[in-house]
Amino acid sequence: MKRIARSTLQTAVNLVFFAVLATAMLTSTFYLTRDTIAKSEEREKLKLISQIVPGALFDNDIMQDKLSLPASELLGTADTTVAYRARLRGEPSIVVLEAVAPDGYSGKIALILAVRADGRLAGVRVVTHKETPGLGDYIEIGKSLWITVFDGKSRELYQDADWKVKKDGGRFEHMAGATVTPRAVVKAVHKALVYFGENRDRLFAANQPQKGDAK
Amino acid sequence: MNLQELRDIFHNGLWKQNPALLQLLGLCPLLAVSSTVVNGVSLGLATTLVMTLSSGSIAIIRSYVPNEIRIPVFVLIIAVLVTVVQYLMNAYMYGLFVVLGIFIPLIVTNCIVLARVEAFASKNSALPSAFDGFAMGLGLTAVLGVLGAMREVLGKGTLFSGIDLALGDMAQGWVLHVIPDYHGFLLAILPPGAFIGLGLLIAARNWLNLRTEARRKSASPAPAGNASAAA
Repeated sequence: MKRIARSTLQTAVNLVFFAVLATAMLTSTFYLTRDTIAKSEEREKLKLISQIVPGALFDNDIMQDKLSLPASELLGTADTTVAYRARLRGEPSIVVLEAVAPDGYSGKIALILAVRADGRLAGVRVVTHKETPGLGDYIEIGKSLWITVFDGKSRELYQDADWKVKKDGGRFEHMAGATVTPRAVVKAVHKALVYFGENRDRLFAANQPQKGDAK
Repeated sequence: MNLQELRDIFHNGLWKQNPALLQLLGLCPLLAVSSTVVNGVSLGLATTLVMTLSSGSIAIIRSYVPNEIRIPVFVLIIAVLVTVVQYLMNAYMYGLFVVLGIFIPLIVTNCIVLARVEAFASKNSALPSAFDGFAMGLGLTAVLGVLGAMREVLGKGTLFSGIDLALGDMAQGWVLHVIPDYHGFLLAILPPGAFIGLGLLIAARNWLNLRTEARRKSASPAPAGNASAAA
């Protein structure tokens, strides 16, 4: 009896040892790569922003002209996000918003939208998603031009009821076999435009130099 | 470990015991990711890296792991290695990370990794084990690449699409449009295309194997012994 107890204990200690070792490895890799990962994501975001904000429409430093937005149900965000403002000769021209479509086929789809001051979309891009490769991933600009259907659209041009995929009676094209993904994106873009409409003045409010935030 | 042993391990991994064509292991990523050459080969290489590391490290610690709990410990180590590889790819190969997305964590569930650890690494020393993981991974990568090429040409009419995501912007012009003005053949891209393609590859491998054996038999009249024992 004693021998069984001892060997059981030994086995348990052994397993705990490997669990601790594994945790240590994971934790250290996480901390070692965290900054680099954040930097790559930031760089990718910059690349996307320069795709959807036409260079002729601004003369300010977009990355500096930013505004923190609290988490919002309309944007689908659970954390504070950053909005970047583009201005031409001091006049607001475009605001870049982050939005999240929570109901993709496999989880959240993170988007950025560039909205012109008059409420028209300058462009939308997908930042991250986990949709099925080869099926739902045509929302990526690298895979297909689908995401450009939003260019120039506004809530004036399309009524609120039209902001759906064609299958649901709306006006947005989608590819056969993958409807859940574009449905989620269209819905999230529409909600973000509603948010823009409600907060337009605040979003373009003059730049207050944020103290202690010189990143 | 001598050269002959190494050559045997290599031959086993790539041809004789090819994980995808003969052991039929790791079909989940094989069928899901092989829609293009670039996706297939990238995931194959990531799997190869994980297999090399996991087989090597488990061969080192195998004598400290009690037999009863070896499977949980092996799975734990494989899961940790996959996550480490995922973090590293996210940090240093962002483009590739975005392409492969959810299939990197799925390497954990790829039974070929655990199968080689259990069948080889738990009985051999570190160096041959790591090499076995590497050879098996390469065998898987080769099949993923060929299957990806078949499906991509048939389904999209291109080769190497998406290579710029893996290798950076300089590869932008490397995409080959094998069949110009092609409208696509969805079946090849969807999962059935993967099953049919894999079936054809297995048939081709068996045919080649039978032919070389028949040739060997006719070349030397001596009775062919243990040519095809393991099935």
